[in-house]
Amino acid sequence: MTKTPRFWRENKNRYNLIGVKCGSCNAVYFPSRIICPDCGRKSMGKMDKFKFSGRGTVYSNTVVHEAHEQYEMQKPYAIALIELEEGARVLGQIVDCEPYEVQIGMKVKSTFRKLGQDGKSGTIYYGYKFVRERE
Amino acid sequence: MEIGIVSYGAYIPRFRILPEEIGRVWGLDGKGFGKGLMIEQKSIAGPDEDVVTISVEAARNAMKRVDVSPEKIGAIYVGSESHPYVVKPTGTIVAEAIEATPDLTVADYEFACKAGTAAIQTCMGLVGSDMIEYGLAIGSDTSQGAPGDALEFSASAGGAAFLIGSKDVIAKINTTLSYTTDTPDFWRREGQMYPSHGGRFTGEPAYFKHIVSCAKNLLGKCGTKPEDYKYAVFHQPNGKFPQRVAKMLGFSNEQIETGLLVPQIGNTYSGAVPLGLSAILDEAEPGDRIFAIAYGSGAGSDGFDIAVTDAITRFNRKAAPTVREIMANMKAIDYATYAKYRGKIKLSCEE
Ligand SMILES: [Zn+2]
Repeated sequence: MTKTPRFWRENKNRYNLIGVKCGSCNAVYFPSRIICPDCGRKSMGKMDKFKFSGRGTVYSNTVVHEAHEQYEMQKPYAIALIELEEGARVLGQIVDCEPYEVQIGMKVKSTFRKLGQDGKSGTIYYGYKFVRERE
Repeated sequence: MEIGIVSYGAYIPRFRILPEEIGRVWGLDGKGFGKGLMIEQKSIAGPDEDVVTISVEAARNAMKRVDVSPEKIGAIYVGSESHPYVVKPTGTIVAEAIEATPDLTVADYEFACKAGTAAIQTCMGLVGSDMIEYGLAIGSDTSQGAPGDALEFSASAGGAAFLIGSKDVIAKINTTLSYTTDTPDFWRREGQMYPSHGGRFTGEPAYFKHIVSCAKNLLGKCGTKPEDYKYAVFHQPNGKFPQRVAKMLGFSNEQIETGLLVPQIGNTYSGAVPLGLSAILDEAEPGDRIFAIAYGSGAGSDGFDIAVTDAITRFNRKAAPTVREIMANMKAIDYATYAKYRGKIKLSCEE
């Protein structure tokens, strides 16, 4: 079964880290929500599109050794929960550095990479991963 | 109307392999090959990188340097011979990833190593005829040579993007012209993973004939001499060809030095002249004149006479990394890792 339609609907947001900001309490969310969990009904109709800068820090991390078959060529690789500078937390792969170099508090920024594909003849999925922010 | 480059951005994947490492695996004198080609190392795309991701990173770097809303981009053309899909444009994904959709026209180009410069020419025409305000032209590739083939020592990965427009132009394109013939020096048929080439045939009647003819026609049309240019950049399938063609035309090593990246990254195909030109724009000053000639097998050359304007002093070059800064972030890998990253090893799950 192809995953194409589900992925496709979220493409623009996943490509560009676009979430929402609650117009009532200013909390930001990624992925988008229809209602702010803190404000409830007060936030209805006030959840506005919000683009994250892609910069953040590693909040927690792990190294994956037993990978999903699509990631077989990349293991071992680092996965981290990233605290974006605007506030929301997202899970992402850290690439372009050794998996064991990744540490809590490390500065990262988003990059555009291939996330997977529907086999050899299916569509290719793209989106964000993170790289170490080098000064 | 002054048409030219409003911004530019580059991207080169981080991984490198040395010719001696390739030679070690195939029982060839890799060091000797590298010396002959003047290639010290070549860039390799990571397992999650392709022409789409390289093009997006280059385009985003270009957009970071200017305050131009992506909605004002009326056309995106991506030139490559390694588009990930045979049918389904790279450009649509790039357009969505820089938020330029939906009011624009998009198409992918292929003309071996000069598809990126063909994209620049198309954007110039559309801007010049007032059909669009800005056009984005990208040249990028993740080229591969068959294992053990001479091409494996040079075929590499990288790309650059140019925002073409008529406002705040940092480098005006005074003149562009092309020289094209039907020459079967290099090709890849549908469904084939690796390209084929005419061996020695790729030199004289192909690369040299087209670049020299295009360059002479361009100098003639502009009424200029090689010494009128501060910089020159020629297609660089290896280090020797551009040096030889520069000498044939009367350009010095100093003029081609800045744009000659092939010794450090290999032949980036559609990315080659775009990246060389980007490296020149990284350091160019107002009044500098640039001479650029791309070459694509098949075969043809696109030539550009470019003049850097005063606007480059107000241009936010620092908002994105320079080509040489990008090149400095690198990691050498062995052949086994290279084979794994580039799909030269087949897994059962890929069927
Ligand atoms: Zn709220």
